Amino acid sequence: MFINFFYNLKANGVPVSLHEWLTLHQALALNLNDCSLTQFYYMSRAILVKNEIHFDRFDIAFLDTFKDIETTDEMLEKILEGLKKVKELKLTEEEKRQIEELDLDQVLKNFEEQLREGHYKNHVGGNKAIGTGGRSTQGAWGYNPAGIRIGQGESRHRRAVQIAEKRSFRNYSNNITLDTRQMRVALSHLRSLLPIAPEEKLDLENTIDATCKNAGELEFIWQNKEKKASKVMLLMDVGGSMTPYSSLVELLFSAASSQINRFKHYYFHNCIYQDLWTDIERRESISTQEMLRNEDDDFKVIIVGDAEMAPSELTWRNGAIDYWYHNDTPGIVWLQRIRDKFKDSVWLNPLPSRSWDFIHTARLIRDVFPMFELTLEGLDDAVRHLMKSAGRVYF
Amino acid sequence: MNYFKGTDEYVLSPALRDIVNVSIALGRPLLIKGEPGTGKTLLAHSIAKGLGKELIIWNIKSTTKAREGLYVYDTVQRLNDSRFGDKDVSNIKQYIQLGKLGLAFSSKEQVVLLIDEIDKADIEFPNDLLNELDEMSFYIPETAETIKAIHRPIVIITSNSEKELPDPFLRRCVFHYIEFPDENLMEEIVRVHYPDLDKKLLRECLKKFYWLREFDQLRKKPSTSELIDWIQALLAGGISPKIVESELPFLGALLKKKEDMDLVTNSPKNHYGYNSSSRTSRNVY
Repeated sequence: MFINFFYNLKANGVPVSLHEWLTLHQALALNLNDCSLTQFYYMSRAILVKNEIHFDRFDIAFLDTFKDIETTDEMLEKILEGLKKVKELKLTEEEKRQIEELDLDQVLKNFEEQLREGHYKNHVGGNKAIGTGGRSTQGAWGYNPAGIRIGQGESRHRRAVQIAEKRSFRNYSNNITLDTRQMRVALSHLRSLLPIAPEEKLDLENTIDATCKNAGELEFIWQNKEKKASKVMLLMDVGGSMTPYSSLVELLFSAASSQINRFKHYYFHNCIYQDLWTDIERRESISTQEMLRNEDDDFKVIIVGDAEMAPSELTWRNGAIDYWYHNDTPGIVWLQRIRDKFKDSVWLNPLPSRSWDFIHTARLIRDVFPMFELTLEGLDDAVRHLMKSAGRVYF
Repeated sequence: MNYFKGTDEYVLSPALRDIVNVSIALGRPLLIKGEPGTGKTLLAHSIAKGLGKELIIWNIKSTTKAREGLYVYDTVQRLNDSRFGDKDVSNIKQYIQLGKLGLAFSSKEQVVLLIDEIDKADIEFPNDLLNELDEMSFYIPETAETIKAIHRPIVIITSNSEKELPDPFLRRCVFHYIEFPDENLMEEIVRVHYPDLDKKLLRECLKKFYWLREFDQLRKKPSTSELIDWIQALLAGGISPKIVESELPFLGALLKKKEDMDLVTNSPKNHYGYNSSSRTSRNVY
């Protein structure tokens, strides 16, 4: 049994359910993997994993469970040295039918016996023993649907572990920080904030009115029931400690702006004060107060920043990092105003969450905004939080 | 027993072929995800063709409701007909139209049902279909009828992962992610479309194509169908491999956004300076 595979998957954070596990066993009972570990790998992945971001963890769990698997491979390799490829066998229908009647257990037993008796050496053709091109149930390039295929160019069993070892889906894994490659996926998470198309509905009241006016002749009035679209506002920290992340965040923003119609974005440096910049070089600005006054409160606000600054920048008057910039209201007050104005707001932090507790200002900001990591998982949680519309308790 | 081997026009990896067969044998819907242009929809066509079965396509739009796939009760038509009495309005049956799912269930032969781009619909859409896909039957209360599948249809579902699909729905599916084909597989795919394409031209095209795809900041990466279009354009224009090597003719067939065009033409490693030695990234900032 390989029940430990199930627990290994669970331990690696792949969400597997018993339902899927049983389906896998159903598939195994039907021998859909054709006794091959490689096919078992693909089959179990198809049945157990439902999102490509978990493929990498699946690979890890698979490696963990099956890396030391002792298939008869080692032995087989020795056998295969003696096997040589011969021309494919031509069989009559009658013979094919006979062969198809063989059952797998019998074949396996036969195989083991043959192995023990050492019949396999340099055997070509024939009906019983292992060889190539024969009608026996073992060996490559032969004809037998119930046969054990050993070695067709390479060992099939070893391959599954090698595929898992390659971990080609590492980039899809959802707990590494977003890179540009994952932009699209990240955006797809933002898509759930997109407006929903209008819906056609029969306007009953007006239909009755129109029908009456029409002397009983039916007149249908349709109305477009437009569902409320989400509006997104992105506020982004640029410069200073955010420089390493700037290209990433800028990409997220420009891509998001092309995806979402009602989309606004502003820039700030370290903390938000009375001005918000509309360009990344921070030359053009608008007044934060005006923005708060003019915008609707149903914007979903996403703030991206590392929340790492001197505590004075957040809590002091004139605490802004640019010494020529005077703010008579501390940054934290501005943050609170933004939080109070908009129903839903979140803070995305490119730093890993384990470091947040050690940054004083991050702790302070977390008191104001719910903070999420700028990873796929974090973004996902953040979007879910925004959609719940439970961001703020009304005072 | 249905065993899908693939068709001549559709190149598929052995892994995908096996998974198609697993899903057919288990009688579970096959959920296919992957980059646009990796042939998700074509797979269903290929399965239908390979197994010699009818294909029913249900295209999902943002306004599609799960019920529409089962049946539509045209109450407005009935109301309209009731005025003249030339039709028997009490026979509700004639106002019930089966949707795509209903058609697939009631078909006499086993069919292949393609539910295309399921993620386009409302988030609750897949959940509303759970029972129907599980039991392969549904009940029409208006006529007190139960439509039950005579043969379980082979269900293929495609998704562009624009929205997350709900877990209970996923649990019932078999899942496969089609990776973007590598150069060898891509060569095979192009060969299917252009069997007698000049080898040199093909090689140059693929080289350029994968080079373009390496640009991380592209808004829309060129996909297989764009490559095919591009080659078509090159053939129609009678462009020689030499020209493809030195410049990028008909770039518009590959890139569909102005920003992407600018990015590629203005890139420091643009095609004029492009040769194999400059590929080691020198743009260190």
